[in-house]
Amino acid sequence: MKDLFLIAIVIMIFLVIFQIAKASEYVSVLKGEEKTRKQNNRINGFMLISFLVLGLIGAWYCNELYFGKTLFPQGSASLEGQKIDQMLYITIAVTGVVFVITQVLLFWFAYKYQEKEGKKAFFFPHNNKLELLWTTVPAIFLTVLVVFGLKYWFKITSEAPKDAIVVEITGHQFAWDMRYPGKDGVLGKKHYKLYNSPLGNTLGVDFEDPESWDDLHTSEMHLPVGKPVKLVIHAQDVIHDVGLSHFRMKMDAVPGIPTTMWFTPIYTTEEMRAKTGNPNFSYEISCDQMCGKGHFSMRGIIIVEKEEDYKKWLASQTPEYFTLYPDKNPKKELPATDTSAAAKPLAAVMPQTK
Amino acid sequence: MSSAVTLQDATGHMAHDAHHEHHHHETFITKYVFSQDHKTIAKQFLITGIIWAIIGGLFSVIFRLQLGYPDQTFPFLEDFLGHWAKGGKLNPEFYYALVTMHGTVLVFFVLTAGLSGTFANFLIPLQVGARDMASPMLNMLSYWFFFLASIIMVASLFVQTGPASGGWTVYPPLSALGDASMGSKIGMDLWLVGMAMFIVSSLLGGLNYITTILNMRTKGMSMTRMPLTIWALFFTAILGVLSFPVLLSGAILLLFDRNLGTSFYLSDIVVAGKILPNEGGSAILFQHLFWFLGHPEVYIILLPAMGMSSEILSVNSRKPIFGYMAMVGSMFAIAILAFLVWAHHMFVTGLNPFLGSVFVLLTLLIAVPSAIKVFNWLTTLWRGNIRFTPAMLFAIGFVSLFISGGLTGIFLGNSALDIHLHDTYFVIAHFHIVMGVASFFGMFAGVYHWFPKMYGRYLNNTLAYIHFWVTIIGAYLIFWPMHYEGLAGMPRRYYDFSNWESFKMFGGLNEFISLVSMIVFAAQLLFVFNFFHSIWKGRKVRDLNPWGSNTLEWTTPLKPGHGNWPGEIPEVHRWPYDYGKDGRDFIPQTEPVGKDESTGH
Repeated sequence: MKDLFLIAIVIMIFLVIFQIAKASEYVSVLKGEEKTRKQNNRINGFMLISFLVLGLIGAWYCNELYFGKTLFPQGSASLEGQKIDQMLYITIAVTGVVFVITQVLLFWFAYKYQEKEGKKAFFFPHNNKLELLWTTVPAIFLTVLVVFGLKYWFKITSEAPKDAIVVEITGHQFAWDMRYPGKDGVLGKKHYKLYNSPLGNTLGVDFEDPESWDDLHTSEMHLPVGKPVKLVIHAQDVIHDVGLSHFRMKMDAVPGIPTTMWFTPIYTTEEMRAKTGNPNFSYEISCDQMCGKGHFSMRGIIIVEKEEDYKKWLASQTPEYFTLYPDKNPKKELPATDTSAAAKPLAAVMPQTK
Repeated sequence: MSSAVTLQDATGHMAHDAHHEHHHHETFITKYVFSQDHKTIAKQFLITGIIWAIIGGLFSVIFRLQLGYPDQTFPFLEDFLGHWAKGGKLNPEFYYALVTMHGTVLVFFVLTAGLSGTFANFLIPLQVGARDMASPMLNMLSYWFFFLASIIMVASLFVQTGPASGGWTVYPPLSALGDASMGSKIGMDLWLVGMAMFIVSSLLGGLNYITTILNMRTKGMSMTRMPLTIWALFFTAILGVLSFPVLLSGAILLLFDRNLGTSFYLSDIVVAGKILPNEGGSAILFQHLFWFLGHPEVYIILLPAMGMSSEILSVNSRKPIFGYMAMVGSMFAIAILAFLVWAHHMFVTGLNPFLGSVFVLLTLLIAVPSAIKVFNWLTTLWRGNIRFTPAMLFAIGFVSLFISGGLTGIFLGNSALDIHLHDTYFVIAHFHIVMGVASFFGMFAGVYHWFPKMYGRYLNNTLAYIHFWVTIIGAYLIFWPMHYEGLAGMPRRYYDFSNWESFKMFGGLNEFISLVSMIVFAAQLLFVFNFFHSIWKGRKVRDLNPWGSNTLEWTTPLKPGHGNWPGEIPEVHRWPYDYGKDGRDFIPQTEPVGKDESTGH
């Protein structure tokens, strides 16, 4: 009933607008079409200049409302991301100036040079000097932006520092799995055909390879603050993307083609909670590449902590090898602390949609 | 030559013309359905495009309901969508199908076929002085392949597993594996076949446009005397002809991967617990093939809008377009660069950083010809005598949107910044403003400007003004704040943000955007109503040349028959932008250059 009522109102509004429009056409015939046209011209000229003024005020107001909610006031949570922030500010400055100048000229010209009785337009087909001016000036500004941009780009995409911690992250519909290389610092080999052999080996780790025996398989990522970390990124089924907006980092996870990215976290999760004033703050991993119906729920968590806490956490984890082959575990009487990710078959990690 | 004489000539010809048509015994079918008249084909493209635009727009209104009101249910949705909206709550699978089809429909079916299909068909023969396209038969087929593509795409909406739902870019493996998503079952095959038919249509049209422009210009119509609309449509057609086949090849390989067990795009995959045998393919290969079309596609959409806006800005400023050759040159530069920037969509796929840097350079280079165009448009307005017809308002709106959306391209084209902004709402804001809304503005400008030539009647001005003001204010209200969401890293294609600590603070803004989008959609329905009502009931055009334009289409009779000019095709003596020259308001292209005329151009 409510819906029908709503539809009726919308149709009524349409009819009213239409009747007004039709009537205005008759009025214009009565008043003289030329006179009406000139009147419309003045009204629209005034509207254009008002739109400019109100639009600029609106843009400022929008900035007041929402800039605080973007991540930029809190700053980048990674050393490398700070360069991206800097780049953003340079670009905003350059494009902002161009934006205001061109929009003001556009609407001001439209208003100022609207049709007037007896006025003649100025025949001005071209001017080489002017055209040269607005070819070279943008070219110079763009060169500056390209130079800055590429400098940062090469820095960010360069090889990770030698002492970087290596963590493997694997995306699948619709969750993230992490693997740490353990004490030997080397991740064991993987092959996708080893999936679920033995049962629970959801990452397809090759346990024939002794280097895999101390690898940890976890569902959360813990990182020590202030140390560079290199992520080795895999996908099992479709393309995903490791999106780390607080660190200003992003990299696709492509099945069959591992990718990498590295960054240096500079604030612990606790510090960010204080910094943002949000006690629930956590570094979230968002999937930024459309991956199916649970795409929006593919959320991962990174906990950045002090080095000693990180070491404590690492020590508390049981290598995946021992959870899958409990008989090989020298300390098998101890209960495993984190088996959550390893124990879940793929189907169980499907999202809960409300 | 006074205008009175022209009018008399034309009415004389009209009588002759009517007689001429009578002689041919055109049936309803040959005149309105399987017509080979470029003007009728243009109208067929336009009306099909309008229908698609309503469907595509409606999709966005439905998914905006979900985004704006994630905790509410809308029982009426269940009445329309059945099990896709059980209890009035959109199913995530169907949400993604809506997003995918919204993109597909608007990018291809509306802003490619509906825009170039309409105006290339309508304007090329009329503005270069030809009786019809080089091959009217292929032209007719071009529409009917588009129609077939439309039928297949509509059919895909009704299959049980739903239409394609992997995004309009249909990246494999998601689009290749039925196990990965419901939309990747039969809906995806229909999508690919529909697109293949669409590409055939686009190629038949494009080849025809190029041939007609190169070979069928009237006497005196040298390339540099062509209106900028024709230049724009020429470059558009070239882009389409060179890039669409690449998408076709990509789509065919995807069909093979889906149905014949090949591994072009597939490798090392475990999906839904199944280990697939495919090894050695590359998912990234598809992205290269897709964006090799996908990026030129942006300019296929944008160039016609640029061309029409240039023409309309000049006519209504009563001034020549500023820097005609620079305008042509910058469109040429854009057309070339369009082929060399595709990988800027792939900066975060693990692309070689050095290769990425080359694409940064080439991408930002596009800003130079774009800047030239903007400043030339501004100078065209400077010291003009501007009439704000509805078409002119939309052309001015186009320039404003092109500036706003173009500048954010400088953010995204710079790979370092793209790392943060890639696949966020910033991207949505950028391309909707610069490619979506701006091109729609070009299209509206074209419809308002050439409607009198199409149907011999005017559109209602009051409705047109309401349409313009609601649309431009609404477009900025919808897309401007989205930049802020993007700066916060809010990802695209999310069904619900309420579980994300990092993104949920934009709930109120999302609701606002949804509300505005519904109002803007309603204003578009007002336009649709105005359009169809005015075809039959609009104010009649009495003046052969209602806008005081120089170009050839206004030398035809009020309602030109098949063949356009009843007598000889007029000869052209000058460029189309002699407005305000030597104290005269306008000098049509058909007027010979006078002895003591100044040599302005």
